[in-house]
Amino acid sequence: MINTLFTIQPFTLAFVIGTYLAALWLYRRTKLNLLHPVFTSILVVIGVLLLLNVEYAAFEQGSFLIDFMLGPSVVALGFGLYEQVHLIRKNLLSILTAISIGSIVGIVSVVFIARWMGADETVVASLEPKSVTTPIAIGISARFGGLPPLTAVIVVVTGVFGAVVGPFVMDKTGITSKIARGLAMGSSSHGAGTARAIEMGAVQGAISGLSIGLMGVATAIMVPLLRLIIK
Amino acid sequence: MYGIFIIFLFYAIGILISKLFGEIIPGSVIGMVLLFVALLSGVVKADKVKPVAGFITRHMALFFVPVGVGLMVTTHYFKGATLAIITASAISTILVMISVGLIQQFMEKKND
Repeated sequence: MINTLFTIQPFTLAFVIGTYLAALWLYRRTKLNLLHPVFTSILVVIGVLLLLNVEYAAFEQGSFLIDFMLGPSVVALGFGLYEQVHLIRKNLLSILTAISIGSIVGIVSVVFIARWMGADETVVASLEPKSVTTPIAIGISARFGGLPPLTAVIVVVTGVFGAVVGPFVMDKTGITSKIARGLAMGSSSHGAGTARAIEMGAVQGAISGLSIGLMGVATAIMVPLLRLIIK
Repeated sequence: MYGIFIIFLFYAIGILISKLFGEIIPGSVIGMVLLFVALLSGVVKADKVKPVAGFITRHMALFFVPVGVGLMVTTHYFKGATLAIITASAISTILVMISVGLIQQFMEKKND
């Protein structure tokens, strides 16, 4: 009975969107990174489903339309890239170089550390795209045998972590250029990092937003390439 | 409506190209690059896509809530690796930040 209710799309859509709006409101009120709306929404939805004994398959069916929007949201990022592209004309070569190498550093380091600590290949495949914005990361993870739910959570945690430690790490390593700081925030911590970069300044924020898309493309290309090399 | 059409059109083209080449790169990422190129070249008018694209990207976080809820049936696959996941992600994130920042800064100074 309760499972049937959650397979009805308008019901589950209203439930998830309502939860998300409440989580967003809470996040804006408290401004606590820990209360990132993605975390709180996921936790509340899981809590309700467990409490009411709803099967995941029923929820999956009912929430299909929201899940479906992941693809179009990646396509829409192309517009953001276009809006900010004038910023990089002067620094095109350095930005493309930094993002390409950063993408390789991110994939190789996470794969080696995770393997060294005994993680299996499913976990490793879920970790590979961790520095990329969630909808792109989910696509890469699913393609190469990862667990998309794990990837989604890792990516958000990574973003929040990078946003918190970013300014400290860059001060310690002497990264002072505005463009470099924005690029480093966006490429390592995507959306959450960009929110932090916007607080640093307009240039940092815009460059960070742009690097989300660039890092997504670079990583989508690098993951399959590196998979051929580091087996 | 034009904006919605454009986004789904580029998504569809992206998926098609992706399938033709063995789905190595997600179709959505190919669609994103193609939309970017179409906007740059003026084939697609930016101001007509703006409202829809802006709305979708602003609320992107909502779209990955259902995937995240999948955690409730997948935790047993990675429970034992929690420490490895956290350590690897944290160190790797800092390495990306430092390498990207330093390379960009170094190449910028050389230009001056």
